Amino acid sequence: MDFVRTINQATRKLPAWPIYIVAAVYVGWQFWLALNQSGRYLVEPINELEREYGETALLLLIAGLTVTPLRNWFGLNLIKYRRAIGITTFFLVLAHFLVWAVLDVQSVGRVWQETVKRPYVTVGMAAFVLLIPLALTSNNLSIRKLGAAGWRRLHRLTYPAAILAGLHYLWLVKGFQIDAIVYLAVILALLMVRFLRSRVRDRREQAG
Amino acid sequence: MANRWTNDLTADDVTPKQAFLNRRHILAGGAGLGALAATGARAQDALEPNTLEEITTYNNFYEFGTGKSDPANNAHALQIDPWTITVDGMVDNPGEYSLAEVLDGMTIEDRLYRFRCVEAWSMVIPWNGFELADLLNRVGVQDGASHVAFQTVVQPDNMIGVRRGVLEFPYMEGLRLDEAMHPLTIMATGIYGEPLANQSGAPIRLVVPWKYGFKSIKSIDRITLMDKMPATTWNGINPREYGFYSNVNPEVDHPRWSQATERRIGGGLFNSRQDTLMFNGYGDDVADLYAGMDLAENY
Repeated sequence: MDFVRTINQATRKLPAWPIYIVAAVYVGWQFWLALNQSGRYLVEPINELEREYGETALLLLIAGLTVTPLRNWFGLNLIKYRRAIGITTFFLVLAHFLVWAVLDVQSVGRVWQETVKRPYVTVGMAAFVLLIPLALTSNNLSIRKLGAAGWRRLHRLTYPAAILAGLHYLWLVKGFQIDAIVYLAVILALLMVRFLRSRVRDRREQAG
Repeated sequence: MANRWTNDLTADDVTPKQAFLNRRHILAGGAGLGALAATGARAQDALEPNTLEEITTYNNFYEFGTGKSDPANNAHALQIDPWTITVDGMVDNPGEYSLAEVLDGMTIEDRLYRFRCVEAWSMVIPWNGFELADLLNRVGVQDGASHVAFQTVVQPDNMIGVRRGVLEFPYMEGLRLDEAMHPLTIMATGIYGEPLANQSGAPIRLVVPWKYGFKSIKSIDRITLMDKMPATTWNGINPREYGFYSNVNPEVDHPRWSQATERRIGGGLFNSRQDTLMFNGYGDDVADLYAGMDLAENY
């Protein structure tokens, strides 16, 4: 697969840090547009910005989940970008949460009430909480301290977090909205692919 | 018989400073009675109408997509000429009426109403329209009729949301007959003196200002008088979330959105929330319609 080899060679030269820069510029730019109520932020900038950050976070979450299957099934090695994708995902979720908490519901009491009362908020908040230890341990020191196996086990929290995030969106929308369904379906498919792979591997090892 | 209701909301209608200060004082006391008095004063607050641009670019009209800007982008495809409204059921003069026939002899009034969406945002809209009661009286409501059902036109070729099957169409809404006959209930044909934009429900729509916005059905092509409560779209999808009455009520919580507060559209990124008014501030006019009813039960 020449195509895969070309990409793998190219990634050796391309560092991961620009991902953080692009993400920071993106977050700042969208905030600036919302602040100036420009374009689609004209009428209801709060809700629009909340959705923008939320949907981008969901896309990044999915991007992070594709790294391993791409390597396993196609030999495409993007692993060096995974940490940057993961940490960026967390910051987008944080931005989404902050817009909701500070600009939308506007009080600690209401943040709590909404979280307890509304299932779609509950699952969204749960996904956010699950991502916190992952963001905190996305560094080499933590991998050393936890040990590779322990670190990997901890970071499997990404899977329930992704499912909860997909559910959060599906639960939020009204009527039959195809994009919310597609997001959740893609997340489930990406997790299924992992599960299949590990079953195949188990069987091979047993046959060993 | 138009002009049964005097519009007490105008753009010049600013709360006197003294009333405002009193309200602060009363709220600080926190007494139940104080809150009641505050509601009366509140009803006069924030009456600056939203801009036409705000009113016509932030819409729910699922026939044209589920995003707030989808209707503005897609509703140009709606065919509104010719337009007929089928009036049937328990009426003396059923038939297919052209829009001109419907409008003939009707008095178009200006009505500046608060508009409160179930999604907890609100606007103030300067409608132009006539009282639904005038139309119902003309077609002759028969004895025994208790409810009015409305339908939105379905034009699959012109409606992307219909083709996608976002909801089951036609969109249906309904009112109890006394709600439909109430002088606050209008059939709107314009905003700011301009004909309704397609995304606002051209050429003719219902406006019931004390109910959540989804009751104010758009682009109506059928009105049916009946002797039972009609099926309505959102109520059919999720009866727990969307009651038949759906009166604006800060005390009846909605599973999705807190109804205690709302955000008035137009305040930018740091817009603060304000308390939602009972019956959207029209309690003095409409509370009698629900005398003796448990509104927590009949939400």
